[in-house]
Amino acid sequence: MEDTIAAISTALGVGAISIIRVSGKDAIKIVNKIFKGKDLEKVPSHTIHYGHIINNEEIVDEVLISVMLSPKTFTTEDTVEINCHGGIATTNKVLELLLVNGCRLAEAGEFTKRAFLNGRIDLTQAEGVMNLIEAKTESSRALALNQVDGKVSKLVKDLRQEILEVLANIEVNIDYPEYEDIEVFTNEMLFPMLTKIKKAILKILNESENGKILQDGIKTCIIGKPNVGKSSLLNSLLNEEKAIVTDIEGTTRDIVEGKISLDGVTLNIIDTAGIRETNDVVESIGVEKSRKMMDEADLVLFVLNNNDEINSEEKKILDSLKNKTHIVIINKKDLESKINLNDLDGHDYIFISAFKNEGIDDLKDKIKELFNLEQILTNDMTYLTSARSISLLKQSLESLNDIESGLKQEYPIDILEIDLKNIWNKLGEIIGETYEEELIDQLFSQFCLGK
Amino acid sequence: MNYEIIVVGGGHAGCEAAYSCSKIGHNTLLITGNIKNIADMPCNPSIGGSAKGIVVREIDALGGVMGKVADRSQIQMKMLNSAKGPAVQALRAQADKITYPKEMLKELNSIDKLEIKEAMVKDLIVEDNKVKGVILEDESKIYAAAVILTTGTYLKADILVGDTRRREGPHGELPSNYLSDNLKKLGFKIIRLKTGTPQRIDKKTIDFSKTKIEKGSDEHYSFSFDINPTYDIEKQVPCHLVYTTPETHKIINENLNKSSMYGGLDDIKGVGPRYCPSIEDKIVRFKDKERHQLFLEPESLYYDDIYIQGFSTSMPYDVQEKMVHSLPGLENAKILKYAYAIEYDAIYPTQLKQNLETKIIENLFTAGQINGTSGYEEAACQGLMAGINACLKIENKEPFILKRNEAYIGVLIDDLVTKGVRDPYRLLTSRAEYRLLLRHDNADLRLREYGYKYGLIDEDRYQKLVEKKKIINDSINYLKETKITPKKEVLPYLEKLNTAALKDSITLYDFLKRPEITLEKLTPFHNLNLEPNIAKQIEIEIKYDGYIKKAMIEAEKLNNLEKKNIPNDIDYDKIKNLASEAKQKLKEVKPTTVAQAARISGVNPADISILMVYLKKEYAHESR
Repeated sequence: MEDTIAAISTALGVGAISIIRVSGKDAIKIVNKIFKGKDLEKVPSHTIHYGHIINNEEIVDEVLISVMLSPKTFTTEDTVEINCHGGIATTNKVLELLLVNGCRLAEAGEFTKRAFLNGRIDLTQAEGVMNLIEAKTESSRALALNQVDGKVSKLVKDLRQEILEVLANIEVNIDYPEYEDIEVFTNEMLFPMLTKIKKAILKILNESENGKILQDGIKTCIIGKPNVGKSSLLNSLLNEEKAIVTDIEGTTRDIVEGKISLDGVTLNIIDTAGIRETNDVVESIGVEKSRKMMDEADLVLFVLNNNDEINSEEKKILDSLKNKTHIVIINKKDLESKINLNDLDGHDYIFISAFKNEGIDDLKDKIKELFNLEQILTNDMTYLTSARSISLLKQSLESLNDIESGLKQEYPIDILEIDLKNIWNKLGEIIGETYEEELIDQLFSQFCLGK
Repeated sequence: MNYEIIVVGGGHAGCEAAYSCSKIGHNTLLITGNIKNIADMPCNPSIGGSAKGIVVREIDALGGVMGKVADRSQIQMKMLNSAKGPAVQALRAQADKITYPKEMLKELNSIDKLEIKEAMVKDLIVEDNKVKGVILEDESKIYAAAVILTTGTYLKADILVGDTRRREGPHGELPSNYLSDNLKKLGFKIIRLKTGTPQRIDKKTIDFSKTKIEKGSDEHYSFSFDINPTYDIEKQVPCHLVYTTPETHKIINENLNKSSMYGGLDDIKGVGPRYCPSIEDKIVRFKDKERHQLFLEPESLYYDDIYIQGFSTSMPYDVQEKMVHSLPGLENAKILKYAYAIEYDAIYPTQLKQNLETKIIENLFTAGQINGTSGYEEAACQGLMAGINACLKIENKEPFILKRNEAYIGVLIDDLVTKGVRDPYRLLTSRAEYRLLLRHDNADLRLREYGYKYGLIDEDRYQKLVEKKKIINDSINYLKETKITPKKEVLPYLEKLNTAALKDSITLYDFLKRPEITLEKLTPFHNLNLEPNIAKQIEIEIKYDGYIKKAMIEAEKLNNLEKKNIPNDIDYDKIKNLASEAKQKLKEVKPTTVAQAARISGVNPADISILMVYLKKEYAHESR
């Protein structure tokens, strides 16, 4: 077997630990690329290791990794199993990283198929293996179809058509170089095309992020100095929605302590431990600690005291919030205001009284506005959420970068076209459209050629 | 005389087949309807072109004849896409239609083991699904161990002009009336295809001052790796470019119902090629296009016919007169031959194995237009491959199959036998996945070894190849080891080269990756004394290294599946989990490897998985 394959091998359920299985000759090498901890290429077979999955230094999940060397594994190939703790979104993200780094998403029943082909499963079980592949293919086909429907599929289709026209133009220049009426597609003409593709792909990726929000909720953190009213805010949000407060102990880094349902979308309040700290000896926010929490969150609620001037630490936090989705909450609005609103220039802010339960609706409206929830929900769009699609889009972006650097190196258009064709193929995989003669048909319908 | 191999048809496929079989050493008989028509070029007077030019190089690398015959008969050479990358450059020759067949006949006559006979074949002698020879129209029988059919467009050929249909081969030649029906009786699925050819005009009646001149390249080129071209570039014969006029379009639109294809005849079954539609097709399909480009190409130095490329039609003669006279410079042109469309029978090519042997009749091979292709080069390369494989078959040896990453020839044959055809198949660069590997410049490095192995390349030429490979390898290693350092005495020279300043010392190999740097410009820094074509080869290898490696990795993945064979006796009906569409396609194509199975449209990855599990279960003792 040549490819290294990966897939989530446990049912995706909320709160459960998910296991990603990786099998193939590069399994250990690929996982090692995204793992911070021991060097997995040097550990003994059949051992388990603690560490983090990282994406360019950024921690994605805290994991346990089992390394099993060939041949004593299910598939008889080198196998790595990653125990993820971070919920569906995080597990998907880990899978996506594996795919971007050289794994291929396993086909339906492929682990079993490999186990069989490699002699791990008895020959008498062949029928069973074939039945399994057939059954799994049916269900995954239905699933895949659901995942990319509607708007995303249309975006991808339109983009592919545009690329196809350019490809046909380049091909026709190659196969019919003497047709003077046909525009010669040059390197320069690629630039606007590349910008357009990039924009479109980023847009699709962005839609997929929204999709994650629908599915997995918005990770929200509440920060602010002690006694500013974080706990009251949390409580009034929770009371308001009669949400369940859970207390999951675990080894994971985000402990979701409160879930608030906002018109069907979940706000996951993380690290409430920090909020409930009653250590009021030091009147400090702890800029470093806040920053760490902010990094992990989709939404930051930064609470200020209306009755206090904004101190230098708070100003620092405000500064670092600039590139983050956030709302400044000025609590204790019934007290005298000592806040200089000029300091909040460029920030969304609202006044509330957590104690009197006032302004909470405004806050909720603001959140909905920030995440475009009204639009997401009313349009009833189906979003692109699968790790496979996201990794295909990211690979397309990489090919795009290759074209850009090729342009700088002044490679001829027919060479740059290789990566453009790549992007077109990858996009085709997302919507399940790869039709052999598509390009040639386009060639002869777009251009008039003859003998 | 006892023949081992019979080749039926003396066109471009037949010539290569007959040449290779006899050259390899088997007694071969070439049967043709008309000896004078051997290697005739009934359509355009050129050999090569985009992708096709690379095929001619591949034929030469393998030891076929088309390349050297084209070199000897060319009256203009042009390197196409010379401003583009090395992967898509391809050579085209305007070939003299008198010289080319003569030179080809000379080649064929030079081989003792080849005999040529003028006759028409009407049937095959078949025993136990194995071909034993042919039956001629006079009922006489000729026996042989293998038969190669290269009948071109002659099977039940019909010439179509306006509302007339005549049973006739190209240019009034005799068609083959019985063979395709007899093939049908043997169980072959026969399809009907169509193509066409434009008018020929008397050169003396054209006012060339109203046209644009199109010259050949001003460097020397040859198809053959064994020829050092020395022709006089000044004496290259030019082509000329003209455009259709609004008057031309008006004439065609007004007379559309008179064209055979547009109502003149209502019994047309042949499927015409998408890539070379008739002029009426173009005007109907591209209504908004104000003009269409036409090339006036000389057919020969020995007569005055000028071929109008782009003007093929099936209009009646009187309309053709008006059409031609509406073109600038051709107002008073005299038409020497009228344009026509031709319909003919072909074998649906998925009935062939990868070695071009038919699946239902053993030792019967087919090559060229009978397999649904179009073009001289496409035909010739199939002829060569069928010839080599017929020899291997009767010698009980493994077949010779070129992979898609080895040659355009491999792409072409795999496409034919795996996907079939909808219309006459033309090779295009876009059909190849790895065209950066399949270049004009490296055809000898890719394929000559095979030519040597199968006995078509002699020791002398083979040693030259070995030497060339060594020079390339040694030079690249040398360039990797030799450094250039930004010293005082070096800097002014580099500045003159218009390249970014050098900060640290760098190997010549890496320095050559800069687009503006060539080996010649670096002469002061190395002691390599290379022939220009070898220097170019080395530069390509270095400058495109990243892309070449990527392509090779992709190709390697494919080759792994290529190694997984599917046994001949597999019964797809026994695999119950296969989707029914996949089952039907697999039964039709009978792929020989899992990779080929995966390329069949309608066979999806799950079917391939199931197939692999089944193979393992049924043939476990063989596969591992």
